[in-house]
Amino acid sequence: MTEPLVRPKRKNPLKKTRVPLLPQGVRSRTALGLTEAAAEGRFRLQVCSDCAAVIYPPRDACPRCLSARLPFRDVDNRGTLLAETTIRTSTDVYFRERMPWRIGTVQLDAGPSIVAHLHGDLREGERTRLALKLDKSGQAIAMALPMEDTPNMADDPQWRELTCDPKFRRVLITDGRTAVGQALAEACSAAGASVVFVGVADPWKPFPGEERLRKLERVEIVALDLTDTISVNECAGEYAPRVDILINTAEHVRTGGIIERKGLTVAREELEIRYFGLTRLAQAFGPVLRARGADGVNSAAAFVNLLSVYALANWPAYGAFSATEAACLSAAQSLRAELRPGGVKVLNVFFGPLETEWYQAVPPPKVAPSALANATVRALQQGLEDLFVGDIAEDIRARLAVSPKALERELGS
Amino acid sequence: MRAPRQPYDGIVVTAPVTVPYRRYSTNTAHWWVGRAVREVVKKAGLESADIDGLSLSSFTVGPDTAIGLTQHLGLSPRWLDHVPLGGASGVVALRRAARAVQCGDAEFVVCVAGDTNQVDSFRRMLSTFSRFAQDAVYPYGSGGPNSGFALITRNYMKHYGATREDFGKICVAQRDNALKFPHALMKRKLTLDDYLGARAISDPIHLFDCVMPCAGAEAFLVCREDVARSQGLKSARLLSTIERHNAFPEDPIQYRGGWALDIDEFYAMAGVTADDVDFVQTYDDYPVICMMQMEDLGFCAKGEGPAFVRSHTLTADGSFPHNVSGGQLSVGQAGAAGGFLGLVEAVRQLTGETLGASVPDAKIGVVSGFGMITYDRGLASGAALLARGTA
Repeated sequence: MTEPLVRPKRKNPLKKTRVPLLPQGVRSRTALGLTEAAAEGRFRLQVCSDCAAVIYPPRDACPRCLSARLPFRDVDNRGTLLAETTIRTSTDVYFRERMPWRIGTVQLDAGPSIVAHLHGDLREGERTRLALKLDKSGQAIAMALPMEDTPNMADDPQWRELTCDPKFRRVLITDGRTAVGQALAEACSAAGASVVFVGVADPWKPFPGEERLRKLERVEIVALDLTDTISVNECAGEYAPRVDILINTAEHVRTGGIIERKGLTVAREELEIRYFGLTRLAQAFGPVLRARGADGVNSAAAFVNLLSVYALANWPAYGAFSATEAACLSAAQSLRAELRPGGVKVLNVFFGPLETEWYQAVPPPKVAPSALANATVRALQQGLEDLFVGDIAEDIRARLAVSPKALERELGS
Repeated sequence: MRAPRQPYDGIVVTAPVTVPYRRYSTNTAHWWVGRAVREVVKKAGLESADIDGLSLSSFTVGPDTAIGLTQHLGLSPRWLDHVPLGGASGVVALRRAARAVQCGDAEFVVCVAGDTNQVDSFRRMLSTFSRFAQDAVYPYGSGGPNSGFALITRNYMKHYGATREDFGKICVAQRDNALKFPHALMKRKLTLDDYLGARAISDPIHLFDCVMPCAGAEAFLVCREDVARSQGLKSARLLSTIERHNAFPEDPIQYRGGWALDIDEFYAMAGVTADDVDFVQTYDDYPVICMMQMEDLGFCAKGEGPAFVRSHTLTADGSFPHNVSGGQLSVGQAGAAGGFLGLVEAVRQLTGETLGASVPDAKIGVVSGFGMITYDRGLASGAALLARGTA
């Protein structure tokens, strides 16, 4: 059984912060199909379109029929752990400081044998379910889990290397005035975060939900105005070394396309809050996050962007807004590469219209702020990199995969 | 029906050369290969210009391959081969060279394997060993071949009841053999207690189950028997060979190798049986692989490896002489030269040119090769039957 994590003590400031090291992140182009699946928490392997063979490791020709048609498909993740070993010495600097490390050979019911990381509660000979996960290098690995959940399962050290679990971590939510920000504060607190800092611009100005927010356990309101570089820098100066997960909840939702906006006032405001706000956060908090990626139980783990799914394909009814969200998505992709050396994940959460006042005229389905918050916390616990919340987001994603041009016309009609 | 394979009549192996190993070397693979080729030429009483065939095996000669070595060494061969098969290199190089000589494509083929070992070169090789290693092995704890073979060993122990004592017996016997072999890097006696008490590397693999990477080179010459005789060279006749790659891909975890597919033909071609064999040189990257070869090469049935090991001394002077110069486990693993070590020693045993322990009245030897664990199993396998020459 997994030993429960112990809440980390306050860090001795004289002690050296462990430099983040990464496992080898080089993969063949084909193997990146596993990374794509892992980013969303799916279990997908190549399946031959001609002979249905399930294939691993990733290949460019089917070992049964030589077909080149080998798309990644969802497959049954169950199997049996045939043999295990505990590695006690490694030539790799990342694994060296994490020894001992268990791996094993899992024979999948679907066919192939997979060498996988092992969860501590799994034993040789047992049935297992495999998960594809992103390791600290951002690339996919397979991990074998016990068939049924076990107590404190998420506290397993090999598992926790792959996740961004808020438990015993310190979270910063950048805008507590929004319904989503408040829901996230509650969800992170419930998930066992040590403290949840909630940023509020001009905290002396009252706002709806404030009372409830202030009463939440382990929640601390801090002054943070994302449109003000000095405010962001001051907040970072005070709190950055104590922020392990940053969740940017800033939002600015207004209707209208590019022509209708008349002038740049609203567009500038939107960019100030969203794009430049993200930039300010990244510049103020990013370097510390990246340096603290291997800092023990409460190492820096994730930078979370809440993005409208219309960042992926413009919805002209909210055309200018969509453009700003697209800018934020592009920035998040850069941020992902920039934070990777620290082993810090960038989680992008995509969602459609929310159940909030700014989407008042939009018909359902809409996403409740609490649903968005809970899904985001689950994604952190699972170590995902891309999350689609709600029917609209899933639908846009599916249609985009089929035909971006068709989607463009449909959204614009 | 498949056409019968032609025998290797009149083909011999001669001029066995070992360039003494070093744990680390500041020299390049080219240097090691060059020294080995020079020794072969000298030993055979030839000039460089006489060498019209070259076969090279090396992991660390990059960016060069065999062709670059022709210019580097000043050779103008009319037959050239590059055998990047690790532990199977020796057997495979031999069987290809034998056919070249037999068919007249070349008269003197030097088969050489050499690698350098610089500080940290082993680590760098591990992560880039194969695409599957890069995608599906190295990111899993980076234990190198130790962890891959640990899984194979663990599975074998569970299924066939092999114990660490059984593997220890193989290692201890090889060390006894090695203590008489001047080029072995391991100079101290190994006891079963030492073996059992050694630190764990990747359970159930412990320190003395592992070979020590080092620098070194091995080489031999393949030519016609009459040519060898006219040069006044003692030689070993080639009776039979087999080679097989990626055998039994459906086995979920490796417990047998390609030998098992071709073993009947192996002995039939030579006209001998396993009982006629005086000594066996298995590929010993890990003792479980030795045991697997004892089974798959027909010395005992599958699963009887542990009992077979318990019933023999495995020493050069005892019953079932095995890895009589000490094998890689005690001599060291000089990269691809590890795939030549058993073969070169077998030739010395059969030509009476031993440097260390001698198998009494050795007439027939089996040499086996195994290599290239690119994902979860060794892919390449091969074996050769050699007999004492008549000269």
